[in-house]
Amino acid sequence: MTEIAETPSAPAPSLTTRLEIVPVVLFTAFAAAPLLAAYSGAEGYVLSLLTRVMIFGIAAMALDLILGYGALVSFGHAAFLGLGGYAVGILASHGFEDALVQIPIALAASAAFAFVTGAISLRTKGVYFIMITLAFGQMLYFLATSLAPYGGDDGMTLASRSLIAGSAWLKNDFTFYWICLLCLLGAYALSRSIVVSRFGRVLRGTRENAVRMEAIGFRPFRFQLAAYVISGIMAGLAGCLLANQAEFISPSFMTWQRSGELIFMVVLGGLGSLHGAIIGAAAFLLLEEFLPEILHMASFFLAEETRAHLAENWKMVFGPLLILIVLFARGGIMGLLRRPHHG
Amino acid sequence: MAEPLLELRNLRKSYGALVVTDDVNISVQPGELHAIIGPNGAGKTTLIHQISGMLPSNSGQILFIGEDISQLSMPQRVERGLARSFQITSILPGFSALENVALAVQARSGSSFRFFGNASRENDLNGLAMECLGEVGLAARARIPAGLLSHGEKRQLELAVGLATAPKLLLLDEPLAGTGHDESQRVVETLRRLKSRLTIVLIEHDMEAVFSLADRVSVLVYGRVIATDTPERVRANPDVRAAYLGEEELV
Repeated sequence: MTEIAETPSAPAPSLTTRLEIVPVVLFTAFAAAPLLAAYSGAEGYVLSLLTRVMIFGIAAMALDLILGYGALVSFGHAAFLGLGGYAVGILASHGFEDALVQIPIALAASAAFAFVTGAISLRTKGVYFIMITLAFGQMLYFLATSLAPYGGDDGMTLASRSLIAGSAWLKNDFTFYWICLLCLLGAYALSRSIVVSRFGRVLRGTRENAVRMEAIGFRPFRFQLAAYVISGIMAGLAGCLLANQAEFISPSFMTWQRSGELIFMVVLGGLGSLHGAIIGAAAFLLLEEFLPEILHMASFFLAEETRAHLAENWKMVFGPLLILIVLFARGGIMGLLRRPHHG
Repeated sequence: MAEPLLELRNLRKSYGALVVTDDVNISVQPGELHAIIGPNGAGKTTLIHQISGMLPSNSGQILFIGEDISQLSMPQRVERGLARSFQITSILPGFSALENVALAVQARSGSSFRFFGNASRENDLNGLAMECLGEVGLAARARIPAGLLSHGEKRQLELAVGLATAPKLLLLDEPLAGTGHDESQRVVETLRRLKSRLTIVLIEHDMEAVFSLADRVSVLVYGRVIATDTPERVRANPDVRAAYLGEEELV
């Protein structure tokens, strides 16, 4: 009996090592990008685009932690982006410009907001959970629009990026890029550890059958709430970075459309794989950025006027394209990457 | 008689005017296998739900080792040693058989608020889980995703998960439901082995199995206990015969 018990990982390595290629390639690509960016001729543009990709990668991954592993569809996750952003902005406007002050406060605020809203939302299930998280998200959005001293509807521009222990390292786009990559890597490592841990196993079990979990002695609520708080903190961190990247904050950080985009990124990349969420965020943002040009090029056979119209109204193609990917690539982009191995 | 392990006192459950559990009094002695039988719709599963804490009772008491547990939640009852299986198989389909059981072991061994370390490689958990799987004869199928097991194997897995919570009392809701002849033989054999170590409350439709396993039998009809006695005496009871007339032949 013990023989079998002690060989749990024996058949696993071949499968896992094959799948592990994806995150390794992904992070290598992020690490190599700044070096290549120098040759592209549009260094600043490439860097800022990829920095945004990584920041949204963190936020999407935070959502994947509860959506993919806990089946908790939070439709208000952009609120945490806003919380993180506003914490940086508001503190900076009062003279607290150091990230070592801003980030702990931002994360604590995100944790507190997640704890309170989670404790209420998690008492509901399914559609009600979606609606109540949406409502909390909107609540924060309207609060932000009414914050007249901090720009209200229009938002406000930050005087500069956050300082780190008094020095302005983050001013340099390259340094900021590396910091974001470090945060992404850290968040990814932490999430990977969580999902295979005892805690993660309870979370995954609850996703599959909450009643069964109670019948073997767990109280699923506590685990779901803890996961919600962790996820909120991670998304809050993404908010801090986003404010620094844009050097601007506004209520648009936390519109419900933004929450929807985050869900879309996770589904697009593939639920429940963590790096899938990062890939989803990348695919979403890069498509959004380059689709007008791609459309313009792909429609070379049409009249110039029609091509211009097409490129201008690229969202008409963007929406259906996303729907097609989700419909036909079950399991999102990660599903496509996995298929050859299994087939 | 010794102090009963589980005692139901005047337990009631009604949905509006419909009384599903009607003033039920049952006491289960330590070490016995107590079967609860009754025609369809007698309220057997409702009774199990009430005992396990899935459904609240309208009135009455549930005493477990002398403690009134009727206000406790299901996880709290599990902690005290009251485990249950489900009539409709209720496993985690995406988890391997071993992980299904290991999760139940995990629930009673240390905190589950651990965010580091791979839970599926914890030998303590896996070792105990393998023992439970071995006990129900599923050791060879430990690595198979539970959703891919045959129906009978899922029923055995249910048993193993129940065992893994280290219960003092195991509530089994029709463990033979939907199993084929060979499979049900295997489950009956497993139960026979377990009954020497555990107190079991068994709800079952398969009369042959009930009469060969049970120490005592309670007969539930329209939410009311009409008889509690040894299998032989229950079989001879005219009220029981009347209740089952036209339902099915008593063996």
